[in-house]
Amino acid sequence: MATQVSSENVEKTIYDGLVELGTERDALSREATLEDLDVDSLDLVELAQIVEDEYGVELKGDDVKDVKTVGDVIDLVVAKAG
Amino acid sequence: MTRRVVITGVGAVTPLGIGSDPLIDRWVAGESGIADGFGRCREFEPTDFLSKKEVRRADRFAQMAIVAGDEAIKQAFGEAGELPYDPYRVGCVIATGIGGLVSLEREQEKLITKGPKAVSPLAVPLMMGNAAAAAVSMRHGLQGHTYAVSSACAAGNNGIGDAARIIQVGDADAVVTGGAEACITGVATSAFAAMEATSESGISRPFDARRDGFVMGEGAGVLVLEEKEAAEKRGATILGEVTGYGVTADAHHLTAPQPEGEAAAKAIQFALADAGIAAVDVDYVNAHGTSTPLNDAAETKAIKAALGERAADVPVSSTKSAIGHLLGAAGAVEAIATIEALRRREAPPTVGYEEAEEGLDLDYVEGSAKPIVNGDGPVVAISNSFGFGGHNAVLVLSAN
Repeated sequence: MATQVSSENVEKTIYDGLVELGTERDALSREATLEDLDVDSLDLVELAQIVEDEYGVELKGDDVKDVKTVGDVIDLVVAKAG
Repeated sequence: MTRRVVITGVGAVTPLGIGSDPLIDRWVAGESGIADGFGRCREFEPTDFLSKKEVRRADRFAQMAIVAGDEAIKQAFGEAGELPYDPYRVGCVIATGIGGLVSLEREQEKLITKGPKAVSPLAVPLMMGNAAAAAVSMRHGLQGHTYAVSSACAAGNNGIGDAARIIQVGDADAVVTGGAEACITGVATSAFAAMEATSESGISRPFDARRDGFVMGEGAGVLVLEEKEAAEKRGATILGEVTGYGVTADAHHLTAPQPEGEAAAKAIQFALADAGIAAVDVDYVNAHGTSTPLNDAAETKAIKAALGERAADVPVSSTKSAIGHLLGAAGAVEAIATIEALRRREAPPTVGYEEAEEGLDLDYVEGSAKPIVNGDGPVVAISNSFGFGGHNAVLVLSAN
C-alpha cells in the first residue's frame, strides 16, 4: 500500500487504468458512464486488479454491480479503503 | 441437387506482408519472408488495424485472423461488409493448431512471479482455441455455425473443408473460414527444437537434399465461401471453387508420418473422388512440403501413389519455402496462394530448391515460376496439409 488513499490519487489511478484498458483520456470524467465508455465487466475485473495492486483494496463482482459512472468507482474505492 | 461451393473473398497476413496480394506476388517472384530462422509477420502492427481495446481483447493469432478476415469479407461483400444473407446462415470456422500461446505464456509468467491475483481475467478468452472464430464472428455479425477446428498442421485445410461441407449440406449459405497461428514463443520454439522438427540452419528448403527441418512461421489466411448459385445470383466475383475434400488419419505415430505415406495418398484419392476428377486432371500440386526429412519423403511417395503417371510431370511446389510453416494457418494461407496461382496460371517456385535427393524426383518447380497449362478451361490443383497426430486433409481447388 504504497499510495495514500485520497480521492485525487484514486481518481488518477482509475483514469490511468481506464486509459491502459483502451479508453480515450479525453472521454474521461467523474460523470462519464461506464456504458458510454464501453467499459464492461471484464474491464472492471482488470481495473479491480490495478486498484488492489495500488491500494490493497479488494473489489468483488458484487461490489461493482451497481456502479454506473467513473465517479461511482472512485467513491467506492475510497469508501472501501476508509 | 448438389450445392457447389465457391470462393468470393480472400485475405492474408503472412511473413510476405499484409494482404493476399503480397503473398502471391512475392512468392511467384521467388521471394522469401523468412529472416533469422523465422517466418515472422514483421510488417504486422495490430494497432494499424484495431483499437487499443480490440488489441487487448485478442491474442496475436486472433488479431491476425481479424485483419485477414476484414480483407476477405471486404472483397466478398463490399466495403461496408454488409452480409448478403441471413446472419444465421453465415458461419465462421477458423482453425488453429495451438491457439493463444503468447497470452498463455505471459499469464503463466505473472502467476509464477506475482501470484494468482495477477493473472488477467482475459487469460482464458485470449488463449482459447476458438478465440479467432469468435472474434471474427463478433466483428461481422456472423451467427451461423461458428467454431474452431484443431488438427495441428492440417487444421487450415480441415477448417476450409468442413466449411465447404456446411454449405454443401445446406446448413449455411456462406462461411468465413481459414486458419490463424502465432506461436513463435519460448515454449513452442523450444519444444519443436527439442523434438528436432525445426531447422537448425534456419533455412526452409522443402524437398531439397539438404533440408533439415521446418522453419516456424506465423500468420492467418481467411476465405469467404459461398453457395455457388446464391453467389452468382447476387453478382459476386468468383475467385475459384472448392470442389473436393479428402480426410484420413495415419493412426501411426504422435509426430512421425507413415514412411510410405499410405494414408496421405488415400486422402488425395478421396479428395479427387469427391471432386469427381481423375489424377490426369490435376494441373498443380501445392504440397505440404515442410522441409523436414520425413514429411517431404513420405509426401513425395504419397503424391506418386495417388497421382500415378501424372505425378511425373505435374508441377509441385511448397509455399513453406517462402513463408515457413504456419502450422494451423498453413492450409488456409496455402489455399489462398493456390487459388491465386491458378488464377494467374503460374506455379510458384519451391524457393531455394537446388539439390535433388534420390527418390525425391517430382517437378518441384526449381528456380522460378512456371506456367500452369491446361487450355482455356478451369485449372485444378490439390493442396495438401498433414499434421502431428497423423491428420491428413487435402483440398481440390479450381479456378478459371
